[in-house]
Amino acid sequence: MTDRRKFLARAGAGVAALALGGCTDLSQKKWVTGILSEVEILTRRAQRLFAGSHALAPEYTKADIAPVFRANGTLDPDTPSYNAHAANGFRDWRITVGGAVRRPLSLSMAELRAMPSRTQITRHDCVEGWSCIGQWTGTPLALVLAAAHPTENARYVVFTCADNMAQPGYPAQYYYESLDLVEATHPQTILAYSLNGQALPIRYGAPVRLRAERQLGYKMAKYIQRIELVPGFGAIAGGKGGYWEDQGYTWYAGI
Amino acid sequence: MKALLRRALGLTPEGPHVLFRRHALVVRLSHWLNALCLLVLFMSGLQIFNAHPALYWGISSDFAHPILSMTAEDTDAGLKGTTQIGPWHFDTTGWLGASDVEGYPTARGFPDWITLPGPQWLAMGRQWHFAFAWLFVINGIAFWTWAIRRGHAGKDLLPTRQDIARLPHEIGEHLRLRFPKGEAARRYNSLQKLAYFFVIFILGPLVVLTGLTMSPTMDSAFPALLWIFGGRQSARTIHFICAFSFFGFFIVHIVMVVLSGTWNNLRSMITGKYAIEVREHD
Repeated sequence: MTDRRKFLARAGAGVAALALGGCTDLSQKKWVTGILSEVEILTRRAQRLFAGSHALAPEYTKADIAPVFRANGTLDPDTPSYNAHAANGFRDWRITVGGAVRRPLSLSMAELRAMPSRTQITRHDCVEGWSCIGQWTGTPLALVLAAAHPTENARYVVFTCADNMAQPGYPAQYYYESLDLVEATHPQTILAYSLNGQALPIRYGAPVRLRAERQLGYKMAKYIQRIELVPGFGAIAGGKGGYWEDQGYTWYAGI
Repeated sequence: MKALLRRALGLTPEGPHVLFRRHALVVRLSHWLNALCLLVLFMSGLQIFNAHPALYWGISSDFAHPILSMTAEDTDAGLKGTTQIGPWHFDTTGWLGASDVEGYPTARGFPDWITLPGPQWLAMGRQWHFAFAWLFVINGIAFWTWAIRRGHAGKDLLPTRQDIARLPHEIGEHLRLRFPKGEAARRYNSLQKLAYFFVIFILGPLVVLTGLTMSPTMDSAFPALLWIFGGRQSARTIHFICAFSFFGFFIVHIVMVVLSGTWNNLRSMITGKYAIEVREHD
């Protein structure tokens, strides 16, 4: 009986220690973060099972559009080269498509706009918890990828952007993101060049940004310059598939 | 006084009594697993909330009109925390909106001693939250399945018409801190049934479904979720209310466990054995 009481007392103390900040230390233990990040795979598989590859994100009406769309992330890349492009109305901006493709592309904004477009009024969900509704027009990414003829080993699409995330004085670290082919070729995944009927303003990612409507905001790279098809992203930057992923956010951002 | 203390401690009665198996093993296991899940989910949920400490109603965020917000502003007297609920504003410095982190006044929704992790760390808060959400759902479904198939749900938890009729009487008895004794203590009273039934079969599914409604991929798979809860931001607000309903339940639950016999209750949820007094002449 006394042994059991001792055990219970110890168990109780253990639970209390866990509650009183022990969890913060646990958050730095490798085995804990290892288990926690395994859950991301479980979540992705379960969500894919339910949503499949084609279930569409809800679309809204013009009346639902936010009067002022909240901009987040980089609001202006403000590099000499970007500023020159902006001054020129992005006439010389090019998006290159390369990597695991048979036909590398280099598209101007005019060429991108000449391709079939899709317009959608969708809800932007930030990882912080807020939502904002806007109308986006752009080229379905699936069309761009198809034009580049991906090779069989292409599994991910990596977007590299013009916004430098590094602190002044440190080596440049451009924002990047990645999607797998399921999300990249989803009908609502577009390279958007227009918000609410206007050319995309700088604070929202001019001249072109990604919209991946079944994912959280940080997946939707702005100021896109390069699109690369790759078999894996382990060798790129921090190896986690995106700027925020390298800071600890999950690669799968469907939740 | 001594009697009250003795009852609160819940020591095994000195007089004639029997020990009976009050809680099945499944109930005990799922109870403690659930307690751990709720602890982690609540604390990591507050960490996630702190990333944008405001709630809205509807399909998207009307930033100018949150229904609840926690903000901080610099004043001559230091960092001032304000909590706004609808038209009301409260000074909640030190608790909500602004509180000390390692001795420094910091702008944050909930204070660091109740969030998981303590410092602002959204990415890690989300990982804890989703991992334990899986555990919470698996545990919940396992308990549901067992409780419904074994008759525990219908027999012991579902309030009957008599339970509802007895409610005013039971509330009176509870307010006088008089709890069922002897044979009557073998089953849950009306208030217990109502509370447990509500938490297990209403609050549980509601917190999970509103949580899933916040996922953009789940909204693609099940757009009906948005329709049911009136949009993603409404779902987020309901999720928050559910979390604090669980918290409220937890507080009342602990108070009742203590008042109605701490050790007896605790033992019955660990070993299953609960002591009731028996009286030969009654």
